[in-house]
Amino acid sequence: MLTQCEGSHAVAATVALCRPEVICAYPISPQTHIVEGLSEMVRDGTLQHCEFINVESEFAAMSVAIGSSATGARSYTATASQGLLFMAEAVWNASGLGLPIVMTLANRAIGAPINIWNDHTDAMSMRDAGWLQLFAENNQEAADLHIQAFRLAEELSLPIMVCMDGFILTHAYEGVDIPTQAQVDAYLPPYEPRQVLDPRDPVSIGAMVGPEAFTEVRYLAHAKQMQALELIPQLAEEFQAQFGRASGGLIRTYRTEDAQTVVVALGSVLGTIKDTIDDLREEGHKIGVLGITSFRPFPTAAIGEAVRYCERVVVVEKSFAVGVGGIVSRDVRTAMREHPHPIYAVIAGLGGRAITKDSLHQLFLTAMDDKLEALTFLDLDWNAVNRELERERTTRRSGPIAENLLRDLGVVAARVG
Amino acid sequence: MTATTVKFYQTGTHTVGNRLLDPEHRSVQADMRRTNSLNSGHRACQGCGEALGARYAIDAAMQATDNQLIAANATGCLEVFSTPYPETSWQIPWIHSLFGNTAAVATGIAAALRVKGRTEVRVVAQGGDGGTTDIGFGCLSGMFERNDDVLYICYDNEAYMNTGVQRSSATPGAARTATTPAVGEAPGNVFGQGKSLPLIAMAHEIPYVATAIVSELRDLEAKVKRAMEIRGARYIHIFVPCPLGWGTASNQTIHIARLAKETGIFPVIAAEHGELTKVSKIRKQLPVEDYLKPQRRFAHLFSPTPNLAAIAHIQALADRNIRRFGLIDAAPVGAVASAPTGAGDN
Ligand SMILES: Cc1ncc(C[n+]2csc(CCOP(=O)(O)OP(=O)(O)O)c2C)c(N)n1
Ligand code: SF4
Repeated sequence: MLTQCEGSHAVAATVALCRPEVICAYPISPQTHIVEGLSEMVRDGTLQHCEFINVESEFAAMSVAIGSSATGARSYTATASQGLLFMAEAVWNASGLGLPIVMTLANRAIGAPINIWNDHTDAMSMRDAGWLQLFAENNQEAADLHIQAFRLAEELSLPIMVCMDGFILTHAYEGVDIPTQAQVDAYLPPYEPRQVLDPRDPVSIGAMVGPEAFTEVRYLAHAKQMQALELIPQLAEEFQAQFGRASGGLIRTYRTEDAQTVVVALGSVLGTIKDTIDDLREEGHKIGVLGITSFRPFPTAAIGEAVRYCERVVVVEKSFAVGVGGIVSRDVRTAMREHPHPIYAVIAGLGGRAITKDSLHQLFLTAMDDKLEALTFLDLDWNAVNRELERERTTRRSGPIAENLLRDLGVVAARVG
Repeated sequence: MTATTVKFYQTGTHTVGNRLLDPEHRSVQADMRRTNSLNSGHRACQGCGEALGARYAIDAAMQATDNQLIAANATGCLEVFSTPYPETSWQIPWIHSLFGNTAAVATGIAAALRVKGRTEVRVVAQGGDGGTTDIGFGCLSGMFERNDDVLYICYDNEAYMNTGVQRSSATPGAARTATTPAVGEAPGNVFGQGKSLPLIAMAHEIPYVATAIVSELRDLEAKVKRAMEIRGARYIHIFVPCPLGWGTASNQTIHIARLAKETGIFPVIAAEHGELTKVSKIRKQLPVEDYLKPQRRFAHLFSPTPNLAAIAHIQALADRNIRRFGLIDAAPVGAVASAPTGAGDN
């Protein structure tokens, strides 16, 4: 049923339809509304046969999910940012053990400086943790991806992070079609674990593995992600047949057919990029955009195919590997190994910095002239940066950087954009 | 006819011989149907107190639950010596996740069992003192506070043994470990640090807290059995000498444990809902030197010159335990020593 609701609400309602059996959570903005919604549904009986556990940390949240998933219960949690880092050891453990936990990641920047706003640094910090990572473009997709995620996770026995932009999606009100229980039940069968703790058939899970088999275990984890490359499009197709709308898949292209310039991005910024591209098309520019839905596994072949005939690629990413540059762009580069055309990494939207159509418009025009630097920071305030660099050059005790910048800028909270 | 003396107690142990007891009072280990849940063939050091404690505890838990048991295990000696893949010694469903999350993993297992309506299956979490008192403390306190239906067993060998005997917050004052070396003005671990997890567990007011020791295995079994009769969060802290880390002879593990109890160093108690319910009395109080001397981790207290101040400090701590928990009955004049308890009812 089409409902006008908050993104978090849509996700909570949809997760509930997936019949999770154990939900454990620790609060962190902007994830809170999702788990609050679920706790209420468990309390008021809307969501039955489900244990909701208020844990003392994200590390415990993931650990409880590990225990419940290994005991055969469909297990769900949600977090963001610092919370994801706090659970990091258990995040790797869940995938290493092959437990199909589904987790919503309400993407948020990582501090210091502490910042609650959106970017993708949290997800990227776990991109090699062995989890599948799906990125939602809008709230409808965020909800839909959860239904597919449980199915995918359980078929492969691997955990999945469904990434949705914090605040931009989690706190935005949009019309979302929330399916019926019958529709979800028809798509998502009950969980049949591959391994389970049960006195009827005792197994040891998580035993020590030495050099004799460790590489093979890791390779098998990779092999499963390669299987996911086949399964994700299949499940998206089935989803479309069942629910009547396209959601998920590996990548989604928009006006790329004859594009000389292909923009690549993840998540909600795709909306703004598409609008910008429409304008540029009207001005006669051959430009399109490729949205990556599945960041892990990385759809190397699909991307390679999609950018094959273009002349340049511009990756707009909300993440940044300090000391190197782009993160997504480096993976995109591997997909373009056979196409030697230029690829530009654009770091944008860090810590909630708004990515405006105007800025994108200008950026893409510069890119189409091949005048872009290999690594660009969209809307970077060079004055502020240079002032601080100068201060550090001239004063030994130059003070805390973030505070210096804020003092220079004068107004603080009013300047989130 | 001349009278012959019947030996009622095993030599030197004050323990009633099993065969002299009614079958229903015999120990779980004496039962042919014991489950050998931690089976032979694992790689623990000879005389490992942790292996002994775990074997008794888990077999007792198995008997108490009619073999409906799942165990979660922290990283540490017990996990490492019992599972080099694929030679697991565990005959029960068993999971090892991480070093610091075992209580939370157990919470998850219990939650899954509850939601699936399989509440006859019970959950044990287990770890060493480091995994319990330090890195796993947050998860453990959370599990206690929520009163999750888990029995957590800590095997306390008073240091991080698996990584080579480093200090934990359960390491006693003056003990030498790899990170509290026996050098300097005050050699070994500093006094006045560390924590008592049984007391902290009691402060959570959980249904059941007990300490046990591998020299009183009947008591250990009885406490595990009692713990399994109760729902909610339960905690048993077992004192397990470690020949390798403590520098003791492999065949002295039980003897050392007994000395820990008889000196007052390790109080053997039980508590329900935060209130002390049982205390194992000291039969004959021994000076702490008897306990300290056979252990190389305390050798610097005796040579080259005795460190009388440190020994007196340890004696004072033992005396305080005796006072605090009433470990010695004020004996009425002329009374004989109280009858030893052998049926594991203390
Ligand atoms: C997060 C983390 N930190 C450190 C370690 C290294 N480590 C493994 S076992 C262990 C010591 C275990 O000590 P304890 O819990 O006292 O158990 P014991 O080995 O003494 O039985 C340590 C420090 C680890 N595995 N994980
Ligand atoms: S080091 Fe100590 S605890 Fe570890 S196996 Fe050896 S005796 Fe047991």
